[in-house]
Amino acid sequence: MSQLRINELIPEGRLLASGHLACPGCAAPLAMKLALNALGANTIVVMPACCYTIIAGPWPQSSLQVPVFHTAFATGPAVASGIRAALDTQGKFDTTVLVWVGDGGTFDIGLQSLSGAAERNENILYVCYDNEAYMNTGIQRSSATPWGAWTTTTPAQFPEASNKKDILAIMAAHNIPYAATATPAYPVDFIAKVNKAKAMRGTRFIHLLSPCPPGWKCGDDEGLELARMAVQSRVFPMVEVEDGQHWRVTMEHAGDPVEPYLRRQGRFRHLSGEQVTHIQREITARWESLQRRAQAEPLVPAGAM
Amino acid sequence: MKKVMVGNHAVAWGVRLARVEVISAYPITPQTQVVEKLSEMCADGTLPARFIKVESEHSAMAAVIGASATGVRAFTASSSHGLLYMHEMLHWAGGARLPIVMVDVNRAVGAPWNIWTDQNDSLSQRDTGWVQLYCETNQEVVDTTIMAFKLAETLDVPVMLMLDGFYLSHTAEPVDVPDQEMVDRFLPKRAASYKLDVESPHAFGALVKPDAYMEMRFLQQEALQQVPQTLAAIEKDWQRMFGRSYGALEAYRADDAELLLVTSGTVTSTARAVVDARRAAGERVGLLKMKMFRPFPTALLRDALRGVPRVAVLDRNISPGHGGIFAEELRSALYDIPDAERPELFGFVLGLGGRDITPAVIDEVIEKTRAGVVPSREDLWVGVNP
Ligand SMILES: Cc1ncc(C[n+]2csc(CCOP(=O)(O)OP(=O)(O)O)c2C)c(N)n1
Ligand code: SF4
Ligand SMILES: [Mg+2]
Repeated sequence: MSQLRINELIPEGRLLASGHLACPGCAAPLAMKLALNALGANTIVVMPACCYTIIAGPWPQSSLQVPVFHTAFATGPAVASGIRAALDTQGKFDTTVLVWVGDGGTFDIGLQSLSGAAERNENILYVCYDNEAYMNTGIQRSSATPWGAWTTTTPAQFPEASNKKDILAIMAAHNIPYAATATPAYPVDFIAKVNKAKAMRGTRFIHLLSPCPPGWKCGDDEGLELARMAVQSRVFPMVEVEDGQHWRVTMEHAGDPVEPYLRRQGRFRHLSGEQVTHIQREITARWESLQRRAQAEPLVPAGAM
Repeated sequence: MKKVMVGNHAVAWGVRLARVEVISAYPITPQTQVVEKLSEMCADGTLPARFIKVESEHSAMAAVIGASATGVRAFTASSSHGLLYMHEMLHWAGGARLPIVMVDVNRAVGAPWNIWTDQNDSLSQRDTGWVQLYCETNQEVVDTTIMAFKLAETLDVPVMLMLDGFYLSHTAEPVDVPDQEMVDRFLPKRAASYKLDVESPHAFGALVKPDAYMEMRFLQQEALQQVPQTLAAIEKDWQRMFGRSYGALEAYRADDAELLLVTSGTVTSTARAVVDARRAAGERVGLLKMKMFRPFPTALLRDALRGVPRVAVLDRNISPGHGGIFAEELRSALYDIPDAERPELFGFVLGLGGRDITPAVIDEVIEKTRAGVVPSREDLWVGVNP
């Protein structure tokens, strides 16, 4: 696929203004730009506490050119349910309610609210941008932090001791119409998923891997490449699940060894060879279980990215 | 139309007549019948509202916040632990200036578990930016629910109204149900000053730095200070249309009183009977009902109490380590009255966790006040077994 073709697949738009407040190299604004441009101006964003609270800009400015409701940490899905209900009573069925939440707000403090909304099959699009820790408050572990990672609450002498929670399986188990993983590092795949989700009704959930240079301790220019390595080494496979039943891997994954991915990030620098081998074994086991669930039917061939 | 109904159903009728558009609530004793009745009304179409059956009270308040921010009329109800679980979002609603109306059926707070009435649940939320109105009868509940929306939407402040668990929530009384067409004239569809609207995109609740946060709190305070006058004007309209009004404060047989009881909620009705008996015996005893606790009606209270020799405050609540909450706030409101005219104030803590406040208990309050018992502590406990 030519470069031109990819540009055609990525919608143009000005729904994200310049002047946002993310750190250099943060993937979150890129993800927001792609999502908003795909969804269009008929979108309302719900934003619980997370890095994006800051990125969006302080009052009276906003880098998002759509309505935004900032809210408390645990309440994204519940506030979105209220907005949805109000829009419906006004006959505004076409407006998309986009809930934009970090991994902490999704995997931890907001999980109850999210599960409630998913169980009710609220007509909302939920995007979790996962930078694998509480970054807003300065890189503390969340239940999305991978095993072995350093954070300020899991120091290198005693790094993260739990495996990352399988949020996709949890959401799929609610039998919602759509649940998928994505990353802005593969924009064509991401946009395709946003478009697919947009055309559906009910609770739609997208779990985005969103590199964070300060939190991952990598260079400003390395984030997207690391995200691609995470996908290709099957640390973060690209998957979608329809109705909680139909699992599909959406692109080819080369199955590269995980070690180069880990070694390029300061948060994993302390890991011994043995620990890296352990991580590799876990990845292989998870991939095999995914294969059993998924029909290996790539959406876009790996070469096209 | 006259109907006999319990307090919880009076709430549901008020919500129905106010044509609420979005409801979100979670059941808790003794509020549960509110949720059930509203579910029924939504199901049979008599109340064409969306009812979001959330997984917790935190989410219930969050959901009505979302709905209200989108410009519709929104309602919730809770009690005790449910109200406390909403705490973070009560602040959010207050700060966001959303005209949500909620009912709290007053219930004691654990530990230990107790499902009966006292006011510690709502009073512990007094600093969240909500108007607080305490009701005495089921008629007052229906009327106040409807007026609360008008008040909330006029000033962009959330309003919480209280009824005593069981004593009012589960007690059947005759209620004159206001006529729907007249209510529609009194309370037209909400016209939101600000709302989430894709045609006019704005960000709500974004980070505000020290250079402007204080101004927002100041504006909130200004709005809350207007509540007594605004409510008085609303009640005047209500009186004209429906023939009833209540007031932020109500003085009952208070003229020339040497001793004034200050009450809130259902204990007021018991106290009225005690006052009647005392008056019949020629004693100069009267009553001041405080319906409004937030904003604290300081000016009205000073006018009502100036020159009264002795005031006994009945508190069905306790700020542990301090005293009865109405009494403490009243004491500071009276501080600015000159010595000669300032009443002597006696604060009584009673009726906690649903303990009955009988006429005999109120008699004891009167006797202690009259005897001028100088309390060793600021709070006098009545009806406690040592
Ligand atoms: C109830 C509550 N607890 C704690 C916080 C402090 N807090 C704000 S954002 C945040 C972490 C957010 O982490 P995540 O959801 O992963 O988003 P990120 O900042 O990483 O983008 C925390 C702990 C809060 N705002 N509210
Ligand atoms: S800390 Fe990380 S997630 Fe937050 S703005 Fe910076 S790069 Fe982005
Ligand atoms: Mg995070």
